[in-house]
Amino acid sequence: MVVIKNAEHLEDWRTELLVKTTSHRKSISVCTGTGCMALGSHKILEALRAEIEHHNLDAEVELRPTGCHGFCERGPLVLLRPGNILYQRVQPGDIAEIISKSVMSDEIIDRLLVTSEDGKEKYPTESDIPFYRHQQRLILKNNGLINPNSLEDYIQNGGYRAFGKALQMGAERVLDQIIRSGLRGRGGGGFPTGKKWEICRSTKERERYLICNADEGDPGAFMDRSVLEGNPHCVIEGMLIGALVIGAQVGFVYVRQEYPLAVERLNHALTQARNCGLLGKDIFTSGLNFDIQVHRGGGAFVCGEESALIASIEGRRGVPRKRPPYPAVSGLWGRPTNINNVETWANIPPIVDQGSDWYASIGTESSRGTKIFSLVGKVNNTGLVEVPMGMSLRSIVYDIGGGIRNHKKLKAVQTGGPSGGCLPEEKLDIPVDFDTLVREGAMMGSGGMIVMDEDTCMVDVARYFLRFLKSESCGNCTSCRDGLIVLHQLLTDITEGRGNQQTLQTIQNLAATIRATSLCALGRTSVNPVLSTLRYFYNEYLEHTQNKRCPAGVCKALIHYSIDPDLCNGCTLCVKHCPSKAIEGQKKQVHTIDSELCIKCNACRDVCKQHAVSVQ
Amino acid sequence: MEMTIQIKINQMTIAVSEGQFVLEVARNAGFDIPSLCHHDAVEPIGACRICLVEQKIGHESVLTTACNLVVQEGMEIFTDSAEIRAHRAANLELLLARAPGSKKLRELASKYGINEPRHPPIQDNYPKDCILCELCVRVCSNLGHKALAVLGRGDRKRIGLPFNQPSETCVGCGSCRSVCPTDCIFMRDTPETRTIWGKTHRFVTCKQCSAPIMTYEHRAFAVANNGLGEDYYDVCESCKQVAASRRFASVVW
Repeated sequence: MVVIKNAEHLEDWRTELLVKTTSHRKSISVCTGTGCMALGSHKILEALRAEIEHHNLDAEVELRPTGCHGFCERGPLVLLRPGNILYQRVQPGDIAEIISKSVMSDEIIDRLLVTSEDGKEKYPTESDIPFYRHQQRLILKNNGLINPNSLEDYIQNGGYRAFGKALQMGAERVLDQIIRSGLRGRGGGGFPTGKKWEICRSTKERERYLICNADEGDPGAFMDRSVLEGNPHCVIEGMLIGALVIGAQVGFVYVRQEYPLAVERLNHALTQARNCGLLGKDIFTSGLNFDIQVHRGGGAFVCGEESALIASIEGRRGVPRKRPPYPAVSGLWGRPTNINNVETWANIPPIVDQGSDWYASIGTESSRGTKIFSLVGKVNNTGLVEVPMGMSLRSIVYDIGGGIRNHKKLKAVQTGGPSGGCLPEEKLDIPVDFDTLVREGAMMGSGGMIVMDEDTCMVDVARYFLRFLKSESCGNCTSCRDGLIVLHQLLTDITEGRGNQQTLQTIQNLAATIRATSLCALGRTSVNPVLSTLRYFYNEYLEHTQNKRCPAGVCKALIHYSIDPDLCNGCTLCVKHCPSKAIEGQKKQVHTIDSELCIKCNACRDVCKQHAVSVQ
Repeated sequence: MEMTIQIKINQMTIAVSEGQFVLEVARNAGFDIPSLCHHDAVEPIGACRICLVEQKIGHESVLTTACNLVVQEGMEIFTDSAEIRAHRAANLELLLARAPGSKKLRELASKYGINEPRHPPIQDNYPKDCILCELCVRVCSNLGHKALAVLGRGDRKRIGLPFNQPSETCVGCGSCRSVCPTDCIFMRDTPETRTIWGKTHRFVTCKQCSAPIMTYEHRAFAVANNGLGEDYYDVCESCKQVAASRRFASVVW
């Protein structure tokens, strides 16, 4: 292993590495993110390796396991270069054909291409696919390019150049760049990163710490996981630059226990960095001493809150404490501590490398740069998307997400994780940035984005999020702990037909108390799911409380199933599928549902080809 | 004590020392702020959310708890307003759902107009009527026993013995029970024994009057930590006082 002595030495090594790889004529990248691995991409990788060997193509073709490409639902993904041809849902049986046709004779295999929803259009290259075409992949770009276990790959693609530059610029000028870039914290709060660094840097204490918050607890969010799994060195580089500016000697990465692959790759990357002199004592012979430790969290949602996270690293219960003092002044073991989220750290190298003016030109006036969202729910294309700040929700859902599944109507988009808010269809044209989302009753959060269609009951959604929050509250404050228990009970009452106008009033009052009197931001925002659905979907609440109806047909106590005699053709399919034997009917005769026996499982409605089963 | 900072509470200027908490300062100045999870002997954690006050920051005012709010130069605090009372009442109502049997809590709630709580009782609360203020845990930890712990989180948060195992470090001192605002910790004393947290301790009794002094475990802990010697605890405090006054009398007369 090369031990890098200084920035020039790094550049020499980079040139050397670039020469080495240009000898490969072609390269095949296989996504080895958690999503694709679950779909069997390791088998694809093995099969490709065997096939390349079989055809003696080792010298010509390079096989590269990479990080998450973002288009997780189409995995396993295989990308061929040059040409950037993307194959989706590749199975081991396809490998021989890929090698013989696409690699050996530049033929494109049509059936493996991504197609438009109607199947009419086929998109051969990555940049043709609407999912990718509308994105601006600043942070995720390298995920599909480099092998996360290879420091050489990262260096080839410009890795640690920003750190070299930072050393030449000096701490003050780097800080100035970060401030002028307008970068705001990607973990949810949106606090200006440069300002945070400045506060921490100007403290009198000499011992300072850095923390990378990788305790991504939002259900359905996997931005940070994918960055750590796909490109761990960019986080290390960001932290190195942070250490230089802030004057910290030790950094911690707090990763949740549920991310074993991220931990494994990060640890691997840290070892490489240490061996190469990128971490440790006197880095790049500049006198900078810095090392990073990995700390694994136990998977408590509340440990994503910075003061709770710090308590957890110190070995105490993960409970937030009152701020001020902020961690930048008094954090880990009472020392000044700068804590940033994974995505924020990953934004640092590009800013230093390409300058704050370039970075500030992306996004909106108050929110600069790009943001990664995990787009999930009832959209056609789910996955990780990175877009410039200020893009409209509509663009994200329709242009990138490809619209709603099964041609249903969109009802709401939920942003900001469990304590975010639900925005209705008429708010789709708002620009997605920190301040607009808050103004509209939602929030940026760490970047979860859940799309809901017309079959979603908003009262049930609010209840679902509250169930999560009440069990993930740390339990310190009466208002958050007991308030959420009671609020959840009140929402359950509504979904089970026991709600009335008084219930709605109690919910409003209680939500106001929880928001006003809880200690930490998680407690104060925990009522957002209720307040935002009350604000935008009040009529749905009224339907539940006044007419005892669930318009979306979700709340079991308020719905009943029936078969339309005009549409039923007596095929007995529903009779066969009913688990509680609630449907009666002979062949070619109209069937009926016994509502006494019906358990409202929806099985009959799912199987009926005539659409004769209706919910009311 | 050096008074270095000036703050305003209900528009009254008060000189205070650095590091003091607003609750302490306000109470010393005669303002009544109710609280349940506060005790002067331990660090505040802001659990009960009853000691709410309004802090004026610029043109806005924010609600915050007084117990863990450190004084700062120029700080402006209001301890009573319609909003404060409404939120205190709402939190008291929540606590009543958890501890409907606590007399002290019911009295405080009735001061805020809550006589019949609207919320149904929170089920499976154990110890019964515990409001999870953690005073017992904090006191036990400060005394050096660390027998009690907070278990679980969110709606499964409980106070109890770590891993629900019989405690090796509980000495039966009863401090937890003495600080509990809702008297929810079970303790039963007989002339010879004390039962608390599922364990029965034997009392060291006074060599003169046979009154219970402390548990054997408590004495062993005290002797090991204060160096006074076991014989210091042979006689109970009241017998010591009687002996002292007799000695005093014999000198004077």
